[in-house]
Amino acid sequence: MHIIESGNVAAATGVKLARAQVIAAYPITPQTPLTEKLSEFVESGELKAEYIPVESEHSAMAVCIAASSAGTRAFTATSANGLLYMAEQLHWAVGARLPIVMCVANRGIGAPWTVWNDQQDSMSQRDVGWIQIYANDHQQIIDSVIKAFRLAQTVSIPVMVCYDGYILSHTYMPFDQPDQTKVDAFLPPFTSKHFLDPENPGNFNTVTLPDVRPDLEGTLAPGYMEIRHNLHEDLRASIETFVEIDRDFEREFGRGGCPLIEKYQCDDADYIAVCIGSLSYHLRDVIDTMRQRDVKVGVMGVQMYRPFPDKAVAEALVGKKCAIVFEKALSYGNQGTLYADIKSALYTHETKPYVHNYILGLGGREIKTQQLLDALTESCTSPEMIEDTPRWIGLKL
Amino acid sequence: MENQTTILNLTEEEFVHPGNRACSGCGLSLVYRMGLKALGKNTILVVPPSCLTVLQGLYPVASTKLPCVNVTFASTGAAASGVRAAMRVLNKKDVNVVAWAGDGGTGDIGIQALSGACERREDIIYICYDNEAYMNTGVQRSGTTPEGVLTTTTPIKGKLQEKKDVPSIIAAHRIGYVATASAAYPLDFYDKVKKATTISGPKYIHVHTPCPPGWSFESRFTIKIGKLAVQTGLFDLYEIENGEFKLTGASKNLVGKPRMPVEEYFKTQGRFKTLDKTIIDKVQAQIDAKWAGY
Repeated sequence: MHIIESGNVAAATGVKLARAQVIAAYPITPQTPLTEKLSEFVESGELKAEYIPVESEHSAMAVCIAASSAGTRAFTATSANGLLYMAEQLHWAVGARLPIVMCVANRGIGAPWTVWNDQQDSMSQRDVGWIQIYANDHQQIIDSVIKAFRLAQTVSIPVMVCYDGYILSHTYMPFDQPDQTKVDAFLPPFTSKHFLDPENPGNFNTVTLPDVRPDLEGTLAPGYMEIRHNLHEDLRASIETFVEIDRDFEREFGRGGCPLIEKYQCDDADYIAVCIGSLSYHLRDVIDTMRQRDVKVGVMGVQMYRPFPDKAVAEALVGKKCAIVFEKALSYGNQGTLYADIKSALYTHETKPYVHNYILGLGGREIKTQQLLDALTESCTSPEMIEDTPRWIGLKL
Repeated sequence: MENQTTILNLTEEEFVHPGNRACSGCGLSLVYRMGLKALGKNTILVVPPSCLTVLQGLYPVASTKLPCVNVTFASTGAAASGVRAAMRVLNKKDVNVVAWAGDGGTGDIGIQALSGACERREDIIYICYDNEAYMNTGVQRSGTTPEGVLTTTTPIKGKLQEKKDVPSIIAAHRIGYVATASAAYPLDFYDKVKKATTISGPKYIHVHTPCPPGWSFESRFTIKIGKLAVQTGLFDLYEIENGEFKLTGASKNLVGKPRMPVEEYFKTQGRFKTLDKTIIDKVQAQIDAKWAGY
């Protein structure tokens, strides 16, 4: 069934279809309409779940951690400072290997206060070990939420589904609402091997020593380092798992096919614009204009950012003249985070494209199509011009 | 308190293994053992960083025979809410969801999550064991450290501020059951925990737990010092049930009788050694004024 709704409602609808069992959230702009919708679903009985209106984001993730440890499907959502307020809890959730799903309506971070969109919030949490998936439109939001629950419980790693605040969260777009019976077939109920159970008591997340240690039968149990190593390996393996899950989704719903990166006009392109989130669809207009001027340019949106699909990225970029990375976040004092990752993915390849880095749209600064066109034209005209600091678009100094 | 449990009818079932990592003479280890007896098998524990984390053992060995989830320092009240939510979803109605935290984890870093859980009327039991400083990290001052106490972060002058009254803060949430207890009166604590399991909504029990290394006394004096805190009228055993305050046990028996001077309590512990007469007189006056109202 096609409906016209906001990105936040698309996310909430995905959560409902996924039959989340425990939801905890604290309001923050621009995530708020998502949690409002979920409380409406729960209060009206449309979604049979517990909704805990917690007193902070830290507690929102605490509820999810505990509810997931007790064997239920847990969800929360946040933005910006709310995400950072739960930073400690993000590490805890993934260290405990809990399949929590969280939506992040991307927003810039204070100080100074901004409520508008950029991606510094989730980008700054890229190293905690959560899987990060970015949606480019409302259809991808609802589909990603459903896929995220299946991915999370398959690999026992929490998943963040990120989408641009306001640009997607508050705009209305038509999208297909998947059929509940099909979602139920695609996403089996969550059953945990280890959960808080008085019949089979276990002590979860206890103090772990630097070295391995025998249990009472003398069998060596992993130490902290083994546990962390396994997380890393499982994260790397989850790239392939997500591809398989996306394939299943495509079979069931007729959509998907680009779980890691989404390419537009890339096959014959000499130049590839690279970005994350809704900007990649904005860039398609620019690409179309440039194609009319016979510039062979395409755009690649990175859908799965953590774990980083470096092989897919390298495959898409090796042999091209230049990759132009547009970013709404940066590693302050260094360079764009995606830019660094793209270069790293290309390092072992002999025929590397030039890689350019543009920073734009911070704190909701308007991104004009003409600015993108000018930047891309400049990079395509002089790909060999590499500067040691990112170029800023729309900066008014 | 009716139907007082005695040593004769106390259950012999144990939920804490011997040989755990508590210090010798630990007040917490006493009340933990008693509390779990009162809670019984159908219980899920939620524990933030505290001495209890250590007491429970190092992976992969655990000293508690009940399911327990260790959570981050500030999140105990919320995590217990999450476990309860999951129990409702899974239709497991008869499980006690019990948060068990130290005084710093409760009155300082954990107070927001606890306040939220109380306001939301979460069906949880929250037990705060009060050893009056951050003992697990090596005796640093907390909001619940009494005035004048030497800690490693108040090493010369002693703490300059008074102890935060956490049970009163929780009682201000007007929850159904708030109680205080002491490791020196373990059966009184047992009965209060037992009562908490029969009440729905949030229940808060604040238990005074003398700490030999942190308070600087010989481990054989844990009970004696715990009793002195009560008998001098400094730490009172009470219940607030549906808003109604009443003294219980040893404190109730003190009403109308002469109390020992609080100085006798202060003399038993090295942490009070720099206490001057001004503070002693002030605390004594506060105790006298409080008891004049009982």
